[in-house]
Amino acid sequence: MRSATGIKRFASLLLGSVLLLLSAAVLSESNVTPGSKAAGLESCVAPTAEIRRYHMLYLTHDRDLTVRQGKRNIKYSLAECIDCHAAKDDKGEYIPVDAEGQFCESCHKYTAVEPLCFQCHRTVPEEKRSALGGVQGGAAGNRSLGLLLDDDEAPSLSAQEYARLHAIVGGED
Amino acid sequence: MKKLHYSELWCSSPRYWGGLAALVFIILIGVGAAYYMEHNGHAVTGMSNQIVWGLPHVFAIFLIVAASGALNVASIGSVFGGPLYKPLGRFSGLLAIGLLAGGLVVLLLDLGRPERLIVAMTHYNFKSIFAWNIILYTGFFTIVGFYLWAMMDRKGYKYYKLTGFAAFFWRLALTTGTGSIFGFIVAREAYDEAILAPMFIIMSFSFGLAFFIITLMSAYWWASRELGDLRLAKLKNLLGVFVGAVFYFTLVYHLTNLYITQHHGIERFILLDGGVYTAAFWIGQILIGTIVPLFLVYSPAFEKNRFAIAIASLFVLVGGFFQLYVIVIGGQAYPMSLFPGKEVLESSFYDGVVASYVPSVPEALLGIGGIAVAMTLVAVGARMLKVLPDSLQDPEDECI
Amino acid sequence: MNRKSDQTDATRREFIHRTLLAAGAATVAPGILLTVARAGAESEGASSDTRWGMLIDTNKCAEGCSACVDACDRENGIDLLEKPEWQSEEMWNAQRPQWIRKVKLRDRQTGEITNLPMMCQHCEFPPCVDVCPTGASFKRADGIVMVDRHICIGCRYCMMACPYKARSFVHHNVTEHTVRSPRGKGCVESCNLCAYRIDHGATTTACQDACTAEGHEAILFGDLNDPNSAVAKALKQQSSRQIRADLELNTGVRYTNV
Repeated sequence: MRSATGIKRFASLLLGSVLLLLSAAVLSESNVTPGSKAAGLESCVAPTAEIRRYHMLYLTHDRDLTVRQGKRNIKYSLAECIDCHAAKDDKGEYIPVDAEGQFCESCHKYTAVEPLCFQCHRTVPEEKRSALGGVQGGAAGNRSLGLLLDDDEAPSLSAQEYARLHAIVGGED
Repeated sequence: MKKLHYSELWCSSPRYWGGLAALVFIILIGVGAAYYMEHNGHAVTGMSNQIVWGLPHVFAIFLIVAASGALNVASIGSVFGGPLYKPLGRFSGLLAIGLLAGGLVVLLLDLGRPERLIVAMTHYNFKSIFAWNIILYTGFFTIVGFYLWAMMDRKGYKYYKLTGFAAFFWRLALTTGTGSIFGFIVAREAYDEAILAPMFIIMSFSFGLAFFIITLMSAYWWASRELGDLRLAKLKNLLGVFVGAVFYFTLVYHLTNLYITQHHGIERFILLDGGVYTAAFWIGQILIGTIVPLFLVYSPAFEKNRFAIAIASLFVLVGGFFQLYVIVIGGQAYPMSLFPGKEVLESSFYDGVVASYVPSVPEALLGIGGIAVAMTLVAVGARMLKVLPDSLQDPEDECI
Repeated sequence: MNRKSDQTDATRREFIHRTLLAAGAATVAPGILLTVARAGAESEGASSDTRWGMLIDTNKCAEGCSACVDACDRENGIDLLEKPEWQSEEMWNAQRPQWIRKVKLRDRQTGEITNLPMMCQHCEFPPCVDVCPTGASFKRADGIVMVDRHICIGCRYCMMACPYKARSFVHHNVTEHTVRSPRGKGCVESCNLCAYRIDHGATTTACQDACTAEGHEAILFGDLNDPNSAVAKALKQQSSRQIRADLELNTGVRYTNV
């Protein structure tokens, strides 16, 4: 009787540690598409494991802030996901994030969850159109990228600056 | 009086399954049409930013209105205690559920985003009549379901009166809600009238009963069962009253509008020079939907003529369809008056001109598919449940 | 780590904390619309202290000029939509989105000609918001009436209810999207007073910029609640009117000389 319980305990312990090892192995493996901006960064806007688990909730939450309350400098912005995670092909053209094997698609295919974002949202970074007519070039117009933009920072975010800001988030300086 | 016995709709296999197969085929075509419209967007329909609700909505509203009316026969039996109607109560409940389901399927499949049904179920804006209608529709299914159970199960009989009353009041609320979808629209001159709500109720009495008579006759023909003349005559006379009542409400609606100077334009449009809408009103609603059925119903020459009763019911339905076409499409086609006293010379958005609408084939197929859904549900329901009396021959004591 | 990143870290933690709380609440009560209080000190968002509005001087609106319409189309990615080859010009025009349109009027009695742009009037009591079954059609705290396309089911009831015919339904498949104005088939949309620009601190709309660039200056956009704004001053001085004032919707867009 006692030995049986002991074996059971040992087995469950073993099983638990195997699962833990497995999950750790999965977590440490990087799934960021090579050639995207994100590939050169330490981490996403939040720890990778957290983003993996909760990105849909974060995005949904912040989308409501943006659409319903007009808050544009949100932390979890889909446009920024795309800016960072879209890879470029040999010709230097962006590949849509929902194309086969790309960042969003690869994982969503595995989990069999269809992201509906891209029925309306862009799948490649947007080259700035002559968007903000009158205010173009002004400080105000460039808060569109939002993330961690302080008043004394350069109003225009280049790709490099953008990457650097992400790196700050990741803990590097 | 003979004891009433109900049984499942039973007829020879080819007859039943053949009929069912035909209905399912129509449904499949309707589903294909819906897929085509959703895949390509509403661009392939005749609907536009001017005529935002098209043929599918006419079909859907027609079926939803008829659904609540079809329940009337049961209500007369249980709420108003009409003994001749009581045996028809079960079938009436089944038909009501079937018609509502058919109408809702059309309404749903015409949404721009039908896959977001779950959103409609989880996000409610309680100021919206539409949101209230979603609750009214689901409530209708539940209450009529209970009502059917109370009618069919001995254990449920003690709830018969209660559920009967509940269903009656709920159906009144439901049609009020459907009418209010239009009645509460302040923007358009053809709507914005509180009379639309009671008018929709009386329309539902008429369309629902016409649907009931046709399906009842078909079911008894299908199963080769006996249907008494007296009972049909009762239903037929009631239909006549309802058709007359719809006409009365139409009259009041137009007289009110004719009195208000602001509404002379829309009245002129519907009654005189609206082209297809004027034709739909005079030929469709008044001639086919009112005059001919009234003549067939009340003329002594056709007193016991079943063919005349069937044709009268069918014409009531066709007329009702045209009536809704005039209300829904005609009301949108007539331009909104944004600038009273001014005429619009130029606009890229069709301000000030009558909007054109040519229904496309898929829209019609979707609508017809909805009717087929309703009829299929009734056919399957009648086959599986004991809703139809074995015989509806006239009772011997004629003093009813 | 510098001072700056330390600070942001703190707010972020709080933010994540609240986000998770909110997400949890949303899971527990899915029927309740997710509206969460301010989630971080860094974002300001739409405030009810402001009410955005417009004054349109129809005397200055030039006949045959469509600068505002073109600018709106460009600003909101409407020009990216293409007419399908199989479709007639007439039907395309009846179905494509039009957020703003030019209307030319003549008085039946006097023959006076008026030109003006029509768009969403941004009512204080918008009928489209009243009728929307899901709450997708809504009014922001700063008075902008717009559609949350994430929960729009495409029923088009708002289009039936709008007294100004201001709304458009996306009938066509959309292939090219913008960040400013994400658009997909099957939802309703309308003028949102360039909410994207305004939220980023702009003080003009695309149509006003275009009108000014043409030298007409017929459109004046601004905060109706701020007595010192140009639009509020102009409204105080001139007599203006609301279109369909009989409905008492208290529109945010006003017209002079109609």
